[in-house]
Amino acid sequence: MATLAHKAKSLVIEQPIWLFVAACIVVFSLSTEHFLDIGNFKNILVQTSTIGLIALGLTFIMINGNIDLSVGAVLALAACLAVDLQSSIGIPLAVTVGLLSGVVLGALNGLVVWKTGVDAFIVTLGAMIGVRGLVFVYTEEQSFYATDFAYADFGTSSIAGIPTLALLFVVLAALMHWILSRSVHGRNTYAVGGNRQAAIDAGIRVGPHMVINFMIGGFFAALAGVTLSTQMGAATPNLGRDFELWAITAIVLGGTKLTGGAGSIVGTLGGVIAIGILRNGMNLLQVPSFYVLVIMGTILIAVLFIDRQVNRNAEQELNV
Amino acid sequence: MSDTISEIKSGGEASLAKKYSQLLARQGILVAFVLFLVVFSIFSDRFLSTDNFMTVIRQASIIGTIAIGVTIVVIGGNLDLSVGSLLSFCTVLVVDLHDKIGPTGAIGLMLVFALLIGAINGYLIGYLKLNSLIVTLGMLSAIQGITLIYTGGQNVDIQNQEGTWFAFFGRGYLWGIAVPVLIFLGLALIAEFVLKATTYGRKVFSVGGNPAAAVFSGLRRNRMVFSTYLLSAFTTACAAIILGSRVMGSQNNVGQGYELLVLAGVILGGTSLLGGSGSITRTIIGVLILSFIQNGLLLLGYPYYAQWLVTWAVIILAVWLDIASTRGKIFTSFS
Amino acid sequence: MNNLDSIENYGVHEAGTAPILSLEGITKTFPPSVVALDGVSFGVHSGEVHALLGENGAGKSTLMKVLAGIHKADAGEIYLEGRPIKMENPMDAKHQGILLIHQELSLVPEMTVAENIFLGYLPRKWPNRVDWKKLYGDADAILKRLKCNFSAKDKVSKLSIAKKHMVEIARALVFTPKIVVFDEPTASLTDTEKFVLFDVIHDLKAQGVAIVYISHRMDEIFTLSDRITVLRDGGYRGTVETKETDEDEITRLMIGRSLDTSRNIDTAQFGDKVLEVKNLSCGSLFQDISFSIRKGEVVGMYGLVGAGRTEIAETLFGLRTPTGGEVLLDGKRLDITNTTDAVRNGLALVPENRKEQGLVLGMSCRDNITMAVLQHVSSAGVLSRAQESNIYDKYAEELAIKSPSGAQKVGNLSGGNQQKVVIGKWLATHPKVLILDEPTRGIDVGSKSEIHKLIRQLAKSGYAVLVISSEMPEVLGVSDRILAMYNGRINGEFLDSEVTEDDLVRAISFEQKGQL
Repeated sequence: MATLAHKAKSLVIEQPIWLFVAACIVVFSLSTEHFLDIGNFKNILVQTSTIGLIALGLTFIMINGNIDLSVGAVLALAACLAVDLQSSIGIPLAVTVGLLSGVVLGALNGLVVWKTGVDAFIVTLGAMIGVRGLVFVYTEEQSFYATDFAYADFGTSSIAGIPTLALLFVVLAALMHWILSRSVHGRNTYAVGGNRQAAIDAGIRVGPHMVINFMIGGFFAALAGVTLSTQMGAATPNLGRDFELWAITAIVLGGTKLTGGAGSIVGTLGGVIAIGILRNGMNLLQVPSFYVLVIMGTILIAVLFIDRQVNRNAEQELNV
Repeated sequence: MSDTISEIKSGGEASLAKKYSQLLARQGILVAFVLFLVVFSIFSDRFLSTDNFMTVIRQASIIGTIAIGVTIVVIGGNLDLSVGSLLSFCTVLVVDLHDKIGPTGAIGLMLVFALLIGAINGYLIGYLKLNSLIVTLGMLSAIQGITLIYTGGQNVDIQNQEGTWFAFFGRGYLWGIAVPVLIFLGLALIAEFVLKATTYGRKVFSVGGNPAAAVFSGLRRNRMVFSTYLLSAFTTACAAIILGSRVMGSQNNVGQGYELLVLAGVILGGTSLLGGSGSITRTIIGVLILSFIQNGLLLLGYPYYAQWLVTWAVIILAVWLDIASTRGKIFTSFS
Repeated sequence: MNNLDSIENYGVHEAGTAPILSLEGITKTFPPSVVALDGVSFGVHSGEVHALLGENGAGKSTLMKVLAGIHKADAGEIYLEGRPIKMENPMDAKHQGILLIHQELSLVPEMTVAENIFLGYLPRKWPNRVDWKKLYGDADAILKRLKCNFSAKDKVSKLSIAKKHMVEIARALVFTPKIVVFDEPTASLTDTEKFVLFDVIHDLKAQGVAIVYISHRMDEIFTLSDRITVLRDGGYRGTVETKETDEDEITRLMIGRSLDTSRNIDTAQFGDKVLEVKNLSCGSLFQDISFSIRKGEVVGMYGLVGAGRTEIAETLFGLRTPTGGEVLLDGKRLDITNTTDAVRNGLALVPENRKEQGLVLGMSCRDNITMAVLQHVSSAGVLSRAQESNIYDKYAEELAIKSPSGAQKVGNLSGGNQQKVVIGKWLATHPKVLILDEPTRGIDVGSKSEIHKLIRQLAKSGYAVLVISSEMPEVLGVSDRILAMYNGRINGEFLDSEVTEDDLVRAISFEQKGQL
C-alpha cells in the first residue's frame, strides 16, 4: 500500500498532467450530471483514440529529439486508400495498403532526416505539405464512402461492452509503454534523444534507430486514419488537418521535451485524456466548441510556463 | 611571422573556396528556378508573358507580405506559427468592422488588436523565454477560437462593395501596377533596409546569431525578440487588409495553413531556422519560386495540388544543398 | 638541459619489454592555424600508471581524443601491441580495448545509472527485451566495487556532478580494457571518492591494464603514477620516472622556464580606486568578496574551476543578481541589473567562453567589433559603413588582428585573433574597467604572449583590469596583485613581487587566512 501511495506521489510529481486530469474529473462531475456515466467515459476514450494513436507513435519520435509534422496528412492518405481500395481488393488488403503507406512515408522521412542532416522539422514540414498534395491528387478532391458496411460496423462495434476502438487504443498504449520502458529499442530511444553523441560513441546505430521510430510514427498515424474512417464510414481529403498540432499539444502536456531525451507513454496518455476530458466536459456544459480552442491554446502555454518555473535552477541561471 | 601570414593566406583561400561552393549552392536554387522557368515557357506560351508575371507576383503578395515579418522573427532565432490564424482574425475583423465603423476605424482598430496579439507572443517568448514553437502553436489554436467566437461561426462580408475606398488595397492599381504588389514590394524594401542598414537590424541578426554573445555585449535579447513579433503581427495585418479588400469578405478560417506556406517560402529562401542569417530578398525569391511553380503547373494542366508535391521536394533539396555545401559532404557521416 | 637529453628515449622503459601502446609523431592542426599537437610521441606499458601532464592548452586532451578515435591525427602512427592501428571513430578504439573516461560528461540524463554504465551494451533477452535482472545485478556489482552510495536504479539526472563522474568511471569496469585513459577524473570528486578511484586504479593496474592519467594536480600524480610525460604547447617535452624526479623538475618541464616573472612594481604609479567591491555575495556561488582595482592596475584572480571566479565577473556585469554587498565605481554605488547598464557604466567583460558568449561566429569581424557601440556608428538609427570600418581599422591595427578584411567571418579566424576581436569590441566602448575571464584559453602560444603584452599595455594606458585565470604563469605574468579564490571566497591576496608559487597553490587548495 505504501509503495502504491509512493508511486502515486511520484506520478504526480513527474507527470503533473494527471493531477490536472483528476481536477477536471472532479470539476466536471460536480457541474454536470452525466459526466461520470460509464457510457460517457467510453465516449471519451473513443473520441480521443484518433489523436491518441497518433500521439503514441509521435512520442517515440519526439523522445528521439525529432518531430513529425506530417502525421495529419499521412492519416488522410491512409484513410483514403483504405476506404477507396476496399471495393476493388477487399477490406483486409485495403487496410494493409493504407497502413503500409504510413510505414513507407515514415521510412522516407526518417531516411531523409538521417542521410541529409536536414532538421526533422523542415523535412516533415515539407512532407506535411507534399503528402497532403498527394492526397488531393489521388482523391481528385472527392470524398470516398465505405461500400462494405462491415467497415463502418467495426468502428461502432464493442467487445464485452467496451468499444473496440477504445480497447484497441488502450491495448496499443500498453504495448508501446512496454516497448519504450522495457525494450532495448525503447531505452535507446532515450539515449539517442538525450545525448546523441554519447549514443553514437556507445555504438548505437543512431540513423537506423531514428528511421525505425519514424516508421512507427507513420504506422500509428495511418492506423489512426483507418480507425477514424471506420467511425465515419468515409474518408475525405481534408481529414486530419491540424491533428499534428493536437497530438504535439497532448505530448507536450504529458511532459515530453521538444529537445528530446525525456517523456513517457503514460504522460502522453495523460495529455491525450486531459484534452479528451476537457472537450467532452465542456461539451456537456454546452460551452461552444470555439471556446475550447482558446482554452486549449491557453493551457498549452500555461503548462509550458509552469514547467519552466518548476524546473529552472534560479541560482545557476543568468539574467539574459 | 611569415609562417603565420602564409597560414592566414591559405586559410583565406580555403574559406574563399568554401565561399564559392556556398555561393554555388545558393545559386543552385536560382539555377533550378531558371530551369523551371525555361521548361515552363517551352511547354506553355502564356507563361513567359508580362501579364502572367504580374499575376504571379500579385498572387504571391499575401504570403509574401506575411513572410517579411516571419523572416525577421526567424532571423531573430524564433518561429511564428500563429500568423495563419492571425490572418484569419485580422481579415474577419477588418471586413466586419468596415460596415460598422467605416474603413479608417476598421483598419485602425484591427491594427491595434493585431499588435496586441503580437505583443502577447513577444512577451511570452522574449521576456518569459518560452519555446516559440509551442507558444505560437498555442496561439494558433487560441486565435482561431477567438475568431470563431467573434463571428459566431459565420462568414463576414462587406455590403457596399462599390462605394468604398477600402477596395483600393486589394483591387486597385497605381501607375499601372496592382496595389497589393506595391504594398508587398514596398514593405519588403523597407524591411530589407531596416535589417541591413540600421542598428535595429544589426541587433536582430546578433540576437538570432548568438543570443548569449548578444547579451554579453550589452544588447537586450528580450526587447529585440518582443519587437520581432510586433513586426510579424504588423505585416500579417497588412496582408489581411489586402486579402479583405480583394475578396470584400472573409471566411472565418481563410488563413488556415498559411503559416506553413509562409515558412516554406522563408526556408526555401535559405533563411536558417537557427536564426542569425537570412534576408528579405531571399525570402521573396523563395515565395516567388513557390508561386511560379504553382502557376506553371496549372498552365501545364496539372491539378492544383500537384504544386504541393513539388514544394515538398524543392524545400528539402534546397536546405540539403545548403547544409551539404557547409558540411563539405553530401551525406551525414554517422550511422 | 642534461636531464632533458637523458629522458628523450621515451620508447624504452625496461630492457626487453615493448610498450603495449605507443604513439609516434602525432600531429594535429585545427583549421585555420592552431597547432594543437606537434609530433608528439610516447609509450605506455601494461600494468603502468602513466601520467600525462601539461598546462591547459598544452594538448593533453587533444592527444587523448586522437587516441580514442574522436579526432583524426593529421600525421603520425598509433601502435597497439606492436601493430599499427587505424581509428576512424570511437567504436574502433573501444574494439581495440582503449577506453577514454571523459572530462565532459557523456551521460544520458533521463536513463538510470545502470543503463548509462552499459550504454550500447544493454544485456538482451528475446525478442528485444532488456535483461533487467542481469543489468542491475552487474551494475550493482560495479558500484559496490566503487563504493558508491547511490543505486543502479537512480536516474542520472538526479545525481550530483561528482556522482555523475563516478558513473563515467564505472564504465571502465564493464569490460577489462587494455588501456584506460582518465581525463582529469578528480576535478569534481570529494576526497573520499578520490581515494576510492585511486583504489580502482590500483586494481586495474594489478590486472595488467595500462593506465594513462591526465591531470595537473601535482600531488595526485606523485602518489599514483609510475612515469610522467610532460606536454607543452602541443609538443613533447620529456618523460621521467616518478621516483627519480621532483616537483621542481616537472614544473620546469611544464612551464619551460623557471618562474621568475616578478616585475618591479611601483605602487605609486597606480591612480585612484576605480572599482571597489564590498562584501559581495551571491547565494552559494560566492560569499563576502571584497577587493578593489586602481587605475592602471592589473589584478589577477586565480583559482580552480568552480571556485566562483566566473560568477563574480558575471555578477559585476549584471548577469547575476547579488544577494548581498555592493559595488562602487569611481566611488559611486552601482546598481546594475542587466548588461546594458553595465556597458553604459563603463564595464567590459571578455567572457570565458569565446565562441559561445563572446562572438557571433556567423557575422563579420567588423560587425562583431561594433556590436557594443552601435549607437556611435549610426545616426538616427541608420548605420554608417564608413564609421564602422573606421572603428574596425583602428582596432585591427592597434591589436594587430590578422584578418584578410573586416568583412571576413569571425568564425574563420584563429582563436587568438578571435579573442582580439572580442577585446577590440570592448576597447571601442572606452570602458573604465576591463574584466578578462580566461583570456588565453584554447589559444596558441604565440598569440598567448601577445595577449599578455596587450593586457599590460592596456593597464599602462589607464584601464583598471581584472584577469581571471586558472593558469599560474598567466596570473604571475600579467598581474600586479593576485587574489586567490577557494570555494567561493577570497582565500588570500598577494603582491606579484612577493608571492611564491607555493603560496598560490596552497591558497587555492586549502582553507586558510590570507596574508599581505
